[in-house]
Amino acid sequence: MKANGTVHKYGDNVDTDVIIPARYLNSSDPKELAKHCMEDIDKDFVTKVKSGDIMVANKNFGCGSSREHAPIAIKVAGVSCVIAETFARIFYRNAINIGLPIIECPQAAKEIQAGDTVEIDFDSGVITDVTSGKTYQGQAFPPFMQKIIAAEGLMNYINTKG
Amino acid sequence: MGMTMTQKILAAHAGLESVTAGQLIEADLDLVLANDITGPVAIHEVERLNKKTVFDKDKIALVPDHFTPNKDIKSAEHCKCVREFAKQHDITNYFEVGEMGIEHALLPEKGLIVAGETCIGADSHTCTYGALGAFSTGVGSTDMGAGMITGKAWFKVPSAIRFVLQGKPKKWVSGKDVILHIIGKIGVDGALYKSMEFTGDGIQHLTMDDRFTIANMAIEAGAKNGIFPVDELTEAYMKEHSAKPYKVYEADADAEYDETYVIELDKLEPTVAFPHLPENTKTVKESGEVRIDQVVIGSCTNGRISDLRAAAEVLKGRHVAPGMRCIVFPATQSIYLQAIEEGLLQTFVMAGAVVSTPTCGPCLGGHMGILAAGERAVSTTNRNFVGRMGHVESEVYLASPAVAAASAVLGRIAEPADLGL
Repeated sequence: MKANGTVHKYGDNVDTDVIIPARYLNSSDPKELAKHCMEDIDKDFVTKVKSGDIMVANKNFGCGSSREHAPIAIKVAGVSCVIAETFARIFYRNAINIGLPIIECPQAAKEIQAGDTVEIDFDSGVITDVTSGKTYQGQAFPPFMQKIIAAEGLMNYINTKG
Repeated sequence: MGMTMTQKILAAHAGLESVTAGQLIEADLDLVLANDITGPVAIHEVERLNKKTVFDKDKIALVPDHFTPNKDIKSAEHCKCVREFAKQHDITNYFEVGEMGIEHALLPEKGLIVAGETCIGADSHTCTYGALGAFSTGVGSTDMGAGMITGKAWFKVPSAIRFVLQGKPKKWVSGKDVILHIIGKIGVDGALYKSMEFTGDGIQHLTMDDRFTIANMAIEAGAKNGIFPVDELTEAYMKEHSAKPYKVYEADADAEYDETYVIELDKLEPTVAFPHLPENTKTVKESGEVRIDQVVIGSCTNGRISDLRAAAEVLKGRHVAPGMRCIVFPATQSIYLQAIEEGLLQTFVMAGAVVSTPTCGPCLGGHMGILAAGERAVSTTNRNFVGRMGHVESEVYLASPAVAAASAVLGRIAEPADLGL
């Protein structure tokens, strides 16, 4: 499985309140949430983002609230993968559980620039910045998480376990 | 190698003799929690499972507290979804408006969680119950939904940072000042993926309410959980509030910690976190002249009875500054009632504050106290991210109830000492 898209770049500590502000949490409709994705940090994001695009950020991405609405909004907005130096732990779990691919890779997070074209090979964890020509090795998931990802989320995984 | 307190609880719930940091385990759950924001998403996810019956109707808590009393039609639909699920599955611990409270104040008060237990909640501040010596952590809706059905959750066993609390805090220095000081020291990702284990002889000087406040904000340092040892005060609290048996776990003497910090409680000063991160801390004395428009006293962090008492002590016989909006939120109905009986609500109203029913409303910019562009609030809540309490150009300064009350009186960031207290 591979992802290929244009990079939207953010800094440290992108919190779930800016990913999906609480004023929209009176809805749990993924399409409605996606309309307001990143609204308080990058209000043009939803008009710029194209299906398959990639989000790159620095440390502690997704900190704050446990709202699963945050990775849902990112996924449904069209983002195919989030690369960050580190992820906040609840966001990390939520992304895996709902099937939004995420990769921790400090070097890639630091060097990849907004607007670059990036390709990610999920099987090997290799991230290629097509624009700069550089490649990076992202952290591979432990086997247990790979099973959840392969099942396309926690609920399917539980169903397969019977 | 010894285990930390958290590791011992996790090992016991995974049926293992010992665990080590980094190990992936599946643990049995004693309590699974959701609210009116995360509950509907969890319930929707449960529909995807083949098995749809809950693992134990007594071990699930559903608390509509965020946008309640229903702030609009969409919120009302969410609450209805949670209410109907609770009815359909005969959930014992569903709390309707009128008997509910802010979940993290309510659950310990109702005795639903005690020492030695494991709890997941689809709310990041679920880490609050670590104050009771339980392993308790926030998760998303899918994990919560899976937990409701299977009674289990997977965890990566965390390593830990130890905080040795020493000495006795001065008057007007509370649990909020302790945790803001710690987050200021280690940063909002200072404990990422880890446990924050509190220890030291200073703990005896912290009330249960102080400990709830400290454990509550462990997530603001990125932690998986925050946890306190069980002492006489904890046992007295649990005996008063719960009939459940509890189990006391202690960290091994040779437990390994990634880092150890010594916090001298007697040296701490009233502390404020400036926008837009909880790590941007300064003492009130270092804060300079910061004019404010609103004060919020309450939340899962600081809406307990001792918080209200501290605020009332500052506000008694005084009045909020002209143009100031001061909003007080007792965290549960029981705290509300006690505040009435102690005359605290009268003090607030006479001081020009308003008192609300329990709700998470303003903390996350939901309702009941939203900020306009350019406005500033001092708030006893837990987050001051961009747009957290309203407009993206508004600002939130986090502080203790005593600092918030003094700030309400003076119209600027202030501490009780500025009022001669």
